[in-house]
Amino acid sequence: MARVKFLCDADRCIECNACVTACKNEHEVPWGINRRRVVTINDGKPGERSVSMACMHCTDAPCAAVCPVSCFYTTADAVVLHSKDLCIGCGYCFYACPFGAPQYPKVGNFGSRGKMDKCTYCAGGPEEDFSTVEYEKYGSNRLAEGKLPLCAEMCSTKSLLAGDGEMIATIYKERVMKRGYGSGAWGWKTAYKETVAI
Amino acid sequence: MKAQFKTLVAALAILFASAMLPAAAQYNNFNPTKEAVQEDKLLQQLKEGDRLSGRITIPDPKAASLIQPQGQSWRDFHQNKLPTIGGVVLLGMLGALVLFFLVRGRIKVEHGFSGKTITRFASIDRFAHWMTAGCFIILALSGLNVSFGRMVILPFFGAETFAMISGYGKLAHNYLAFPFMAGVALMFLLWVKDNIPNKLDLEWLKQGGGLFVKGKHPAAGRFNAGQKGVFWIVITGGIAMSVTGWFLLFPYTAPDGVAGLQLFTTVHAVLSVVFIAAMLAHAYIGSVGMEGAFDAMGTGEVDVNWAKEHHALWVAEEQAKAASVPRNSVPAE
Repeated sequence: MARVKFLCDADRCIECNACVTACKNEHEVPWGINRRRVVTINDGKPGERSVSMACMHCTDAPCAAVCPVSCFYTTADAVVLHSKDLCIGCGYCFYACPFGAPQYPKVGNFGSRGKMDKCTYCAGGPEEDFSTVEYEKYGSNRLAEGKLPLCAEMCSTKSLLAGDGEMIATIYKERVMKRGYGSGAWGWKTAYKETVAI
Repeated sequence: MKAQFKTLVAALAILFASAMLPAAAQYNNFNPTKEAVQEDKLLQQLKEGDRLSGRITIPDPKAASLIQPQGQSWRDFHQNKLPTIGGVVLLGMLGALVLFFLVRGRIKVEHGFSGKTITRFASIDRFAHWMTAGCFIILALSGLNVSFGRMVILPFFGAETFAMISGYGKLAHNYLAFPFMAGVALMFLLWVKDNIPNKLDLEWLKQGGGLFVKGKHPAAGRFNAGQKGVFWIVITGGIAMSVTGWFLLFPYTAPDGVAGLQLFTTVHAVLSVVFIAAMLAHAYIGSVGMEGAFDAMGTGEVDVNWAKEHHALWVAEEQAKAASVPRNSVPAE
């Protein structure tokens, strides 16, 4: 089975935020929540790099480990998903996540956290595939249609790669070889405990 | 005219070319594309507790954080160290109390109950105590559920039932926090003047409070050193839990974002188990552990013999007060 990952080639990312917009539109993500975001390091200085960041779907996901109600599960493709029915909005997954992927609408008591929402790798949630409830809670399920996440599809420079981990690592390695430099597969060491050797 | 025009073009061309030369030389040894920031170098340079962040166009400033590696140490603390600390402290205290009961037994009133009582706690005292204590019990149980429920309770219930219990537990925890804080404040105002430590407490502590030897009753005022200890644990612990808890209730107001929240959850979790252990001991001695003790908070009226054995100086003060009042009143109804 494929073990899917995200790889953002920071040397190609032009900070156009197409990935951010595509995700937000496709899943009708509520106000105040951005499942994907583009962060620019060293803005304005030589060596400026932009990285598109969302849930990395880690091996040994810290969010899943700390959840008090154990609402996370990992699919056969290694996508880390969760159930909004079980989620109590405690915030622990956000404290543990190195990438800040979990986010919460401010609909809880005293305007605090509601149910957690995060990038689903366009794979929906525990509800039945393509059902209305699944769309309302988690957004569209592209993976069940055999499609890859929309953010990577919409990337204007093909810097954001999504798909089988081996495949995208190979693509990235080829690019680095061809152009002679690469700032690394951002987040891979933290998420997958391994990195792309360049 | 044509010749002048040609000269002008030539001059401009030379100017242009000479301007280019120094610029080209500048970039000979420096390729800005290759001088890219490397993720591993940046992560190595990060100090403890720092996060890697940059510039974003999304209006939420929290989104500017790219990687916060300290989430991994928080996870390790919460999943590994905290259960160990909790287990040792809570089970240790329970074990110690059971052992104490088996060895020392229930502390009896030596001279038996006299049948006469004296008022120890007025209605307001008992209200403050039970409001705080009742809230504490629910706060403790719901809090323990968040930290340890997944290990201890989830295996016995289905995922949906456990999530529902935990959801209601979290709501109870969030709402009862306020009457708890009010109760702690009220108890402080009511009892702080009788809980200032003094020399008598030192003597009481030296004699172990009379806990370990039958028949030993070191002198004490309204509150003995053990009770003063409980009071200050409740006040300081209560304040610490309230402050950390406040930021967990309103996480978007916490200073230093996620790092601040991680610190607050850690302090809140560790302090809570210590607090619960202390309250277990307090509840023990006030109920099972000592005959006649519960009446103080139960009805407010305690037996005079019990009071003379454990709070002799206070009884003397109260009787002196009653004697100075020119009324023919009996303390107990």
